[in-house]
Formats: sequence, structure tokens, C-alpha cells
Amino acid sequence: MTAVRVLVGTRKGAFVLTADGKRAEWQVDGPFFGGWEVYHVKGSPADPDRVYASQSTGWFGQVVQRSDDGGKTWSPVGNEFRYAGDAGTHQWYDGTPHPWEFARVWHFEPSLTDPDTVYAGVEDAALFRSGDGGRTWEELAGLRGHGSGPHWQPGAGGMCLHTIVLDPRDEGRMFAAISAAGVFRSDDWGKTWRPANHGLRSAQIPDPDAEVGHCVHRIALHPARPDVLYMQKHWDVMRSDDGGDSWHEVSGDLPSDFGFPIAVHANEPETVYVVPIKSDGEHYPPDARLRVYRSRTGGHEWEPLTNGLPQANCYVNVLRDAMDVDRLDPCGVYFGTTGGQVYASHDGGERWAPIVRDLPAVLSVEVQTLP
Amino acid sequence: MTATVHVVLPAPLRTLAALPADVPVTVDGAVTLGAVLDALEARHPVLQGTIRDRGTGQRRPFVRFFACEEDLSHEPTSVVLPAAVASGAEPLVVLGAMAGG
Repeated sequence: MTAVRVLVGTRKGAFVLTADGKRAEWQVDGPFFGGWEVYHVKGSPADPDRVYASQSTGWFGQVVQRSDDGGKTWSPVGNEFRYAGDAGTHQWYDGTPHPWEFARVWHFEPSLTDPDTVYAGVEDAALFRSGDGGRTWEELAGLRGHGSGPHWQPGAGGMCLHTIVLDPRDEGRMFAAISAAGVFRSDDWGKTWRPANHGLRSAQIPDPDAEVGHCVHRIALHPARPDVLYMQKHWDVMRSDDGGDSWHEVSGDLPSDFGFPIAVHANEPETVYVVPIKSDGEHYPPDARLRVYRSRTGGHEWEPLTNGLPQANCYVNVLRDAMDVDRLDPCGVYFGTTGGQVYASHDGGERWAPIVRDLPAVLSVEVQTLP
Repeated sequence: MTATVHVVLPAPLRTLAALPADVPVTVDGAVTLGAVLDALEARHPVLQGTIRDRGTGQRRPFVRFFACEEDLSHEPTSVVLPAAVASGAEPLVVLGAMAGG
């Protein structure tokens, strides 16, 4: 019978939420790795029992955990992320050169076809690959080395590679997004990269339409239309119809176009979800009302989805990796908040209810649809 | 000469490595801080990178080393541990510094 597994990373551990296809009753398991920050937990599309988790703390550094039974049990694997060659420098907040230093894994992107192959986006921004189930890691150094790396600068959350998107037609075509550098695209399995930020404008950098330097928060695509990319930038919701070669703004009538996550409906490639946040300084919803906004036209025209969400005195945030969809029909939409709630809608966003409401601050939400 | 040093790990690392509070570590030769950490990590590889940075080998900033009521955190890893630690009478304590979070 169809089932759904929601993998939740929080400030103090990981949780696994499971339900059958009705998505009415949920089992909450965890915390796993209690007390540790879990930036991301993600399962392999090729083998849903294979799950990778990023576990870290400021005290004891980075640990990578792997499960081969869908998150029931875990084993530590490799945690050596060594930059290739002379790591060099990027820009620090004050514009001075700063050595590249590994801090943590922000995001895992398992291969679409091989459970043992997984990509890791790390802080300081770089892309690593493992071909042995996370035991060893090798940097795909063409990204940092393509030319603009020494000019990258951290965003407020650190200089992180937080998003990795694989093209389902051709996994060798991949996108990576870095705060605050922008989007980069590779067409050769991550060997070489080029910036893909044409059309972005950011008032926070000296040259608003510079080739790099944009604080991209998240990008997403629909598997059926992999040339169409959606982006939540620091400010602005953007869209590309040519695989990232050019972008145009689709913020339209949103109450604020600042935000972090962006997700695409499983069955409707032109249906997109964002969670507007008031501003870069005020990381909570406009008017203290938690509203998911949905566009059914691929952007420009947005409608608020509020049924079941707090509509007064709400001051939570929804972080960039904390929203996802299942693959059922009707499509389920899920997101977690910094207040510890994980909300779910089983009808594409019409009605919402919390699966669980008092977890530690939620850092990431990933959904597995199980046969 | 072989010594058995008792290492006390902080709770998060005990859980991570599935170890008891008191971990006996056998060291050949001089009982230095570095030799004990090397032996501990060799015996329990999951601890690699959690006490010392994987790249630089430096103590992680929020980890401390105490022994015989002395703070050895800022000593070089070549420092010889007190005789009471080398004899097993007193432990080498590895702990997370008091810091928020």
C-alpha cells in the first residue's frame, strides 16, 4: 500500500514521520541524533530505504549518517570533506580574502539512479560527491575553480551550497545554488561549471545584475519539464524557461517576494508554492499570518492558502530546505517552521493541519512517496 | 612500554560511538596528549573529526582536555600527560566547552 515518509531535520535532531496513503494518521519517530543539528535528511530515489543525514554541532563538527532501512537504524559513514588542492580564499564579510574552511553539510542530493552515489553541498560553498554510499567524498572542484570563486561572499547564514538539482532526463546536467554567489550549471556531471544568473537583479550588491553575487535561496523544477526552473531569491521569485540561461521575475502580486523555500506541485508543472516572509530583517510572515502562496500559472498570479494555518500572532520562519511535496494525487504539500511545527496539506494546499507541532526548530523537510 | 589511559568522553560522543563513559586506550611509548588521541581515533574511527579538525588536526574550538584538575586544551599535542593519567589512576577528560545552544 502506498505510504508517505517525511524526513525532518531540526536544530536538535532528526524525526521520521510516516503515514499510509490516506495521510490521516501519522507516526512520529525520533529524535535521531538528539542534541545535534540536522541540516538535512534525504532518501535515495533509486532505493527509498537508503537515507542520508547531515548531523553536526559547533562542538563536535560534522558526522554523516546513513540508513539502509528507511531511517529506522543509522550508521556513521565518512565525514572527511577535504577541498581539492590548494583551497584558496573567498571574500569575507568585510571584503578581505578568507581561507576556504569546511563547516558543515547543508544538503544531500542522492543520485536519481544509484543509491551509492550522493552529492553534498557544504559550507564553505563547495560540491562533493560520494560514489560509495557516503564512505568517502571527493570535491567536484570545477565549481569553485571555474573562475569566480575568489569573489564569492557569505550570506548572513554562512557561505553555503544549499541546493543541488539534478535533471531527470540527464543526471549529468545539474544545478547548484550558493548563498551569496548564485546559480551554477554543469552539463558534464559536475566537471565544469558556469554561472547561470542572467536576469537576476539584486540591489544588495554593487552591480545589481552582476554575473555572480546573488543570494539565491532555493531553486526547484518539475521532473516533466526540467528546462523550467523556479527560484526564491533573497528578494524576488524568479523563473527560467531555458534551463537557467535566463531568468525573469514572477513575483507578481505576492505580499512580499522575500522568502526561502519554493516547491513545485507533483502533478501540475505550472503550480508553484512559496511562503512569503516580511523582509530580510524580519524573518516572519507579513501581518503575522502564516500563508502559503500558490500560483497555478507558473508565477505572476498568486493566491493565499490559509485554511488551517495560524492567521494571527505568528512569527515563525520557513527555511529554504523545509518544504516539499509528495507524489500522490491529490498532491500533498509539507513544510516545517522554526517554531517546530510540520504542516501538511493533502489536497494541494486547500486545507492544512499540523502533523506535529512542538519539535525543535525545523531546518529541513523531505518527502518520500513509497510504493 | 605500554600504558592504558582512561578517557572520559562527553555524552554526545559516547552516544555517537556507542561507548561507555570510561574508554580505556592503550598507548605504546610516550603518553602524550597526541598519542592518546591518535590511539582513541584509531580504535574508534567514528570519532575522527569530532575532537580534532580532520584537515588541520587542531583541537576543535569548543572541545576541552582536562586532567588532574588542569586544563591541557592549549598545550601542544606533544605534551606528556601527568603520571597519574599514564598509570590509569586519573582519566583524561574530553568535554564540550560551556557554550550556548
